[in-house]
Amino acid sequence: MTRAVSLGLAMAALWLLLSGYFDKPLLLAMGAVSVVLVVLLSRHMDVVDHEGHPVHLSLKVLAYWPWLLKEIVVSSIDVAKVILAPSLPIAPAVFTVRGRQRTELGRVIFANSITLTPGTVTIALDGEELTVYALTAQAASGWEDSEMNRRVAAIEAAT
Amino acid sequence: MVAVLLDGLSWLCLVAGVLAALIGGIGLLRLPDVFSRMHAAGLIDTLAAGLIIVGLVLQSPSWTVAVKLILIIVFILFTSPTATHALARAALHGRVLPWLGDRSSPSEGAPSSKA
Repeated sequence: MTRAVSLGLAMAALWLLLSGYFDKPLLLAMGAVSVVLVVLLSRHMDVVDHEGHPVHLSLKVLAYWPWLLKEIVVSSIDVAKVILAPSLPIAPAVFTVRGRQRTELGRVIFANSITLTPGTVTIALDGEELTVYALTAQAASGWEDSEMNRRVAAIEAAT
Repeated sequence: MVAVLLDGLSWLCLVAGVLAALIGGIGLLRLPDVFSRMHAAGLIDTLAAGLIIVGLVLQSPSWTVAVKLILIIVFILFTSPTATHALARAALHGRVLPWLGDRSSPSEGAPSSKA
């Protein structure tokens, strides 16, 4: 129930921000009706759960994003250097990493973070094992004990 | 003064974003197979898209426009890894194996340019 309320609030905020109408009662009422309708539909479809609307993670995820953005920029520059180097120094590798996260949602966040950082792509997620494809040997090393693995595990730790 | 500074910063982001997209495009042409090309594409849909949108945020006439642009970044960051993952799965499903240099026999997907 609290999850449904928070979903409704999030969607109402989204509606307000996207429409930009703050003082037109008729439109606001219609917006409210659509929000309620969508919340009811989502509840009926049974997707308002810890995976569909993981509100319990939101604060910690917000703290994680800036760090992830920094990682994306750093690894983007690495990939750009590799692409522009005349000798094209790539050494593609496929390897597996064990995610330290407890829940499937946590491992999906970890897998998506790996994919988001250029130079590494998660090909498969099977239980605790992530199969990762990396562009260079440098990008392929040290994922098991990586800061990302630890940080994503910390996001879901205290929930 | 502040306006000039914001304008300069905005242009810096836009130019950097365009450069990132250009490098990603060069990467798409230079890299050998589907999987390695995904990395070049990743450069475009994270760094290039992000920088261009930040540049546009600095140009936006009102805060509601800025919020919408930021939402676009957020949605790209959510959807692009999913799309990349689907692409990788589809390639594997189609029996295209990653090209791993000279260590393995050249897979059928090695010089593939269909992606």
